[in-house]
Amino acid sequence: MSTATPDTKREAPATPTTTVGKAADYLDQRTSIGLAVKEFARKVFPDHWSFMLGEIALFSFVVLIASGFFLTMFFEPSMALETYEGEHPANMHGQLMSVAFASTLDMSFEVRGGLLMRQIHHWSALIFMASIVVHMMRVFFTGAFRKPREINWIVGLILMILGLAAGFTGYSLPDDVLSGNGLRITDGVVKSIPVVGSFMSYMIFGGEFPGHHIVPRLFTLHIFVIPGILLALIALHLFLMVLQKHTQYPGGGRTDKNVVGYPAMPVYVAKMTGNFFIVAGVLALMGATMSINNVWNYGPYDPSPVTAGAQPDWYMLFLEGSLRLMPGPGWEWVIGGFTLSMNVLIPAVVVPGILFTFLFVYPFLEARVTKDDEEHHVLDRPRNKPVRTGLGVAFLTAFIILALAGSNDLIATHFALSINGITWVFRVLIFVGPVFAYYITKRICLGLQRKDRELVLHGHESGRIVRFANGEYIEVHTPLDEQERWLRVNYEAPAPLEIAPKTDARGVKRKGYASDKRWQGLSRFFYEDRVAPVSPAEVEAAHSHGEHDQLNGSERQAVEAGAGTTSREH
Amino acid sequence: MSENQNPPAGTSKDVTAAPEAGTAVGPADRFPDPGVPEHKKRLTDTDPHAAKRAERTVTILFVASILGTIGSIVAYVMVPPDGTTSGVRLSTLLLGLGLTVSLLGIGIAGIHWAKALMGDREFVQERHTLATQGEDRETAIKDLNEGLEDSGVVGRRGVLKGAFFGALALFPIAIAVPLIGSVGGDWNISQFKHTMWKRGMRLAIDPSGRPIKASDVTVGSVFHVVPETTEAYRETHDWITEKSKAVVLMVRLNPEDLRTDQSPEGETWSHEGIVAYSKICTHVGCPVALYEQQTHHLLCPCHQSTFDIADSAKVVFGPANRRLPQLPITVDDEGYLVAQDDFAEPIGPSFWERLK
Repeated sequence: MSTATPDTKREAPATPTTTVGKAADYLDQRTSIGLAVKEFARKVFPDHWSFMLGEIALFSFVVLIASGFFLTMFFEPSMALETYEGEHPANMHGQLMSVAFASTLDMSFEVRGGLLMRQIHHWSALIFMASIVVHMMRVFFTGAFRKPREINWIVGLILMILGLAAGFTGYSLPDDVLSGNGLRITDGVVKSIPVVGSFMSYMIFGGEFPGHHIVPRLFTLHIFVIPGILLALIALHLFLMVLQKHTQYPGGGRTDKNVVGYPAMPVYVAKMTGNFFIVAGVLALMGATMSINNVWNYGPYDPSPVTAGAQPDWYMLFLEGSLRLMPGPGWEWVIGGFTLSMNVLIPAVVVPGILFTFLFVYPFLEARVTKDDEEHHVLDRPRNKPVRTGLGVAFLTAFIILALAGSNDLIATHFALSINGITWVFRVLIFVGPVFAYYITKRICLGLQRKDRELVLHGHESGRIVRFANGEYIEVHTPLDEQERWLRVNYEAPAPLEIAPKTDARGVKRKGYASDKRWQGLSRFFYEDRVAPVSPAEVEAAHSHGEHDQLNGSERQAVEAGAGTTSREH
Repeated sequence: MSENQNPPAGTSKDVTAAPEAGTAVGPADRFPDPGVPEHKKRLTDTDPHAAKRAERTVTILFVASILGTIGSIVAYVMVPPDGTTSGVRLSTLLLGLGLTVSLLGIGIAGIHWAKALMGDREFVQERHTLATQGEDRETAIKDLNEGLEDSGVVGRRGVLKGAFFGALALFPIAIAVPLIGSVGGDWNISQFKHTMWKRGMRLAIDPSGRPIKASDVTVGSVFHVVPETTEAYRETHDWITEKSKAVVLMVRLNPEDLRTDQSPEGETWSHEGIVAYSKICTHVGCPVALYEQQTHHLLCPCHQSTFDIADSAKVVFGPANRRLPQLPITVDDEGYLVAQDDFAEPIGPSFWERLK
């Protein structure tokens, strides 16, 4: 880029003349920041709209910190009781309430922009979690969690769980009826934990529920501990992303050994800054126009009332739905005089345990059944990994069914249905739905892969019908250009693991055969059904037969079977 | 579909020699990478007018942002919240819209600038294997080994190592013990098993605290009930904690509708069809607040556990396992409803030591 000729390069660096240049020189002489600039200024990042999803999460977090700072200036995390002297809202005047609730009313009604910031903060939290989940979906379905990014996948999962914790500790702070009942449910769940449950309940509430410690404790967690860890892990998440360089979608010229995209400066600086302001702007718009969590309608916490149609924030709905779906009678066991509440433990501990464990182990499981130890930087098209895509959709289906079950009362009232009927439907769906979703998704993926094969072998339908002299009609196909074709043939279709036989050459039983056999079984589940990418030989074969349409069924099958074994050898 | 089906896995796995279709190929069994697609120029690259127009659009957007900021300050000064809900809403709306324009102006301008005017040539950079290579790796291993050797703990001095790790593992206890010891208050978890109800304590209406006469309870009516206490006590934290356990839902049924009474001893816990049950759900502790007069069903709005009040509050639907505990009631000399005693079993959600 420089215009300097070789023979001037040993000379002392030119003295800066501009103000910016002087400032940069000043800094560089004290920090050698030039090295960082050299490394990062023109660092290339691949471009795709879906890479923005994680950015939205990051920027929502920045908005959360900014709006949260505003709120801490006015919120008083105290459960001391006072009689509300404020005139507004009128329905709260003269009521006995905690200082926390009173200060929430005060910041909403007396502080200019206070309600706006509260609403921006709450909406940002919802968008933060939503963008994390969608970002994770992108990472999962494109296989971006594969080596070397398994660690970053785990870091991301922890970030998501911390996000849940941040949200929960946050919406419990105003000490209103709704959040108080949320805490009471938490208390009930904690008490169900065997052996230590009762003590954990005392530990959380500093005595019996609700006590007068919980709001200050949640406040410390919400504004110090959780955001502190979040910040540190976000830094690690981004550091690993930069260190490993971003993944890229498949396409011409993009390999596992390079990265194709635009330079950080100026394109990404501008786009990311722009994206930040757009995210912040949309959140401001939501805060301005959509009211959320009007706590003065619920009133200060009182252990007696509860409203119908009470819902937690959306990211907690799956837990709520899980609790609602579990049938109670018969699931509380008394063993040796001790009570084991399986009707609470299964939905509140086992179900999320299964969901999160799946997310934590999946990258390692998939690498193991493929015996895959390569670095992957080119993303998969979801159709090319039918089982992974199917499992991901099955997972989402379970999550969505649970979330819907967490709203079964609203579904019942909005559609005038029986709540018992809806609950029973969901009780069945939570088992059947994911299996069905897995099967359908896998079939769709295989179908799309076959469609890709068709396209590569036949080309596009041109709409031009030609009649031969013998009276036969065919439609002429135009072959794909090489970029289109490359996208459809550039993938791996791994075969199931092959294992050493049960006995060695002398007929002695081999150690570890049973374990190998199990892994092979799992590997078959993943890769038994597969569609191999088209090879040039197949295209050749197709053309040498004249029009591919004229191939009879058995010939075609032979060609495709051949492709399957050919790819297996790689 | 049948034509396109995969070869059955069994066959493809067992075939060791590649069949005809694969034999002819060698290196050409994969297509070659066509390389990065040709760069396409944008309108703003070729048409100076378009570039000028884009520049103007970006400028206008930045100016819009400035106007948005000014607008929000104007709103701050001109439309102070007057304290009413609608006044607060208006102030929130105007401040928020100003902020929105001020932020979106910058955001859209930045992205339009990047997309229309900044260079859009794609670059290719090499990736390097992440694992440290060659000499770097060897030096790192050598340094690490030398460091370990210098520390003098490798392969010997087991006691030293044990003491070192032991000390490290134990020192947090000095902090954890006072913390954990205090964080749970008095740790007296047996309090879960009792409420403030006592023999002869009057049933009072929540939240007014007025005691209830049996004669005031008409058939089919529902009362949200708390123990009668002093006004002053009802303004303490203790009260909120006690109320969390003591709240009761009281209903008067036709005595012939009452199918069973929970009392194990056979004497009655109800009074002329008036029954009182703990309002705290035996599932996870929400207040069971929705009573349906026709069916005598009591529904928890949190997780839809449903209890039949006419049949000793047994579970008829939902995730709760146990019936709601019944508060034994009777009337005193003045005709007020009073408790015969505390609940016979712990109220609310189950816990490990519940029956101990």
